[in-house]
Amino acid sequence: MAVRITSPAFKANARQALADAPLQTSMRNLEVNFIGRRRAAAERLPEFEALRDAARDIKDHTLAHLDLYLTAFEDKVVQAGGHVHWAATAEDARTIVLDICKRLGARTVTKGKSMISEEIALNEHLEQNGVTPVETDLGEYIIQLRGEMPSHIIAPAVHLTREQVEGDFRRAHTHLPKDRNLDEAATMLAEARGVLRGRFLAADVGITGANFLIAETGTSVIVTNEGNGDLTQTLPKAHIVLASIEKVVPTLEDATTLLRVLARSATGQEQAVYTTFSTGPRRAADPDGPGEYHVVLLDNGRSRMLGTPFQPMLRCIRCGACFNHCPVYQRVGGHAYGWVYGGPMGAVLTPTLIGIHQAGHLPNASTFCGRCEDVCPMRIPLPKMMRHWRERQFEKSQMPLAERYALDAWAYFARRGWLYRPASRLGVAALRLLAFGRGRLRWLPFAGGWTSQRDLPAPAGTTFQAAWKQHVKARRRAAR
Amino acid sequence: MNSQTPARPRVGLFVTCLVDLMRPKIGFAAAKLLEDAGCTVEVPSQTCCGQPAFNAGDRATARDLARQVIEAFEPYDYVVVPSGSCAGMMKTHYVELFDDPEEQARAGRFSARTFELTSFLVDVLKVERINAIYEGTVTYHDGCAGLRELGIKDQPRKLLGHVVGLTLAEMADTEACCGFGGAFSVKYPEISAAIADRKTANIGATGAPMVVAGDLGCLMHIAGRMQREGRPVQARHVAEMLAGMGHEPAIGEPDRS
Repeated sequence: MAVRITSPAFKANARQALADAPLQTSMRNLEVNFIGRRRAAAERLPEFEALRDAARDIKDHTLAHLDLYLTAFEDKVVQAGGHVHWAATAEDARTIVLDICKRLGARTVTKGKSMISEEIALNEHLEQNGVTPVETDLGEYIIQLRGEMPSHIIAPAVHLTREQVEGDFRRAHTHLPKDRNLDEAATMLAEARGVLRGRFLAADVGITGANFLIAETGTSVIVTNEGNGDLTQTLPKAHIVLASIEKVVPTLEDATTLLRVLARSATGQEQAVYTTFSTGPRRAADPDGPGEYHVVLLDNGRSRMLGTPFQPMLRCIRCGACFNHCPVYQRVGGHAYGWVYGGPMGAVLTPTLIGIHQAGHLPNASTFCGRCEDVCPMRIPLPKMMRHWRERQFEKSQMPLAERYALDAWAYFARRGWLYRPASRLGVAALRLLAFGRGRLRWLPFAGGWTSQRDLPAPAGTTFQAAWKQHVKARRRAAR
Repeated sequence: MNSQTPARPRVGLFVTCLVDLMRPKIGFAAAKLLEDAGCTVEVPSQTCCGQPAFNAGDRATARDLARQVIEAFEPYDYVVVPSGSCAGMMKTHYVELFDDPEEQARAGRFSARTFELTSFLVDVLKVERINAIYEGTVTYHDGCAGLRELGIKDQPRKLLGHVVGLTLAEMADTEACCGFGGAFSVKYPEISAAIADRKTANIGATGAPMVVAGDLGCLMHIAGRMQREGRPVQARHVAEMLAGMGHEPAIGEPDRS
């Protein structure tokens, strides 16, 4: 039932991505736009660094008392006339959502952007059971037309060029004039809006994710730039909020602190265009709003992370800054990671959700440049946690054998200085000979990974330590 | 000079395994810079800082190598490393390797005395003068670990500014990774090269005929990729430039001996 996982084929996925010219063009745009915008937004706010600390502390506190705040949240939702459903697994969550849809006789479900719904493969489940899901976030709508997964947590279709999207719209929107002009993003956006308008009105149930859940008031919060979330949650008979358990925060004020770092980190905006707080279903005096309000709280492995070195990952507020700044993500895009979550946060989270045996490449495919941690608004130590995964792989002997042998052989010498020094002298002398005086080597035995892509400078033929000994001796002689 | 700095500080030079094996002249350049700045330099017996094991998930080996390094460098006032990456390992990660409070404290004392070369010259020795002349333009690549683990950004630029005749041309997004990443460059060579290509394009766009950095790993990777692609840009370690070795053969060029 689950979406196909291609994480084990990361290397092949990456190779394909590197050869994909439109993808490379799109990813270059992401890099150029998002890095500068985030930096400018951070520079405009003198207290940005202090806010990051405050945001981290809020989440750390919440995670330390997660049961308390979730229970408080549930109580408040119930008081407001809503329902809370606890879903331990993806399957539980799918079943809960489908049951609500069936009870209401729903044919069409509109959806605001929700990574959780991708995680539990909700669309496939609804379709198989006669309910049509319609994605209303422009990016999600585009990838739904293409039958793809998002390639980025806040910009799902960032891997596509304008030309590709134009092709998709011409293919899907056959009721519109063939000769219409789709040369600009704005025209395409208007077209999508027109198409989606009817869907919003026809929907029986609206499903959104949640950026935050507020324990103090039983409120769910979503941020969007398109207003599609508001239409999704207010027009239909029922609003279902799909959220994972770590989205809860204690108070309204805490939520606003987090909101202040979220958009700045994500898109470089001070705030997203729409920030919507929903508390319960429509009240008697309300002119509009959903008749039913449900929150599905998904665990799906997250509570297992509490109390482990991976707990800080649960601070993540899904801003995508780590994607935008990751040199690996910038080159290979999100689909290469092979499942819902890509980039550095995916490299840590994905193994906890689908198992390190399937996601083993992800924490390894990092240069450990540290830029992800540098820009993470929640100061999640992403490289450190990727290293934790590598440690587990090492302990369980899940490393590729060639790598393991190379590491063991190197460690054998590195631990024995008396052996290392003559061996390294011999090694560099041999390499020097192999270079035939050319200054560099184009091919090497046992290091094909290096020379497949770049030359190797020829070593000087002796080690520094040997040369230094000679230098010290010569100096002493001269001093005598 | 800082008031806590001994009159003639005794510095243990940790050359890094790459410098030891691949480009000893960086070690000599570092020693010269330290001696010119009034230090006594010694090179205790060493192998590797343990970073390859640490990043491969082999904590036990990393811990053993850390013990080895700490022990060898205990007699010195300072430990100086011509690499942001190895210095980052020694300064920020050694403490994390030990569970025993006594060993942790020992690692902490070691880390407090350990510095990357340009940071030591500028932040500790307060060096204001460099005896080097180089007529030409260079661009500086910020190695990731030095930049993010140690906050090294201004120090090398300040020192390069003292080199008579040298002009620094900053490249676009100089804080972006070059794609080396140690074992990453061998495990994921195509991605590594694709990352390097953005870096080499940014280097090329400055028009500078030379790229300088504080890490031989980045430099071997950048130079090797540029040479494979036939881009005529030279690569040198910042210590070489500061020690007046800017005219000696660049990384990957045949030496004249």
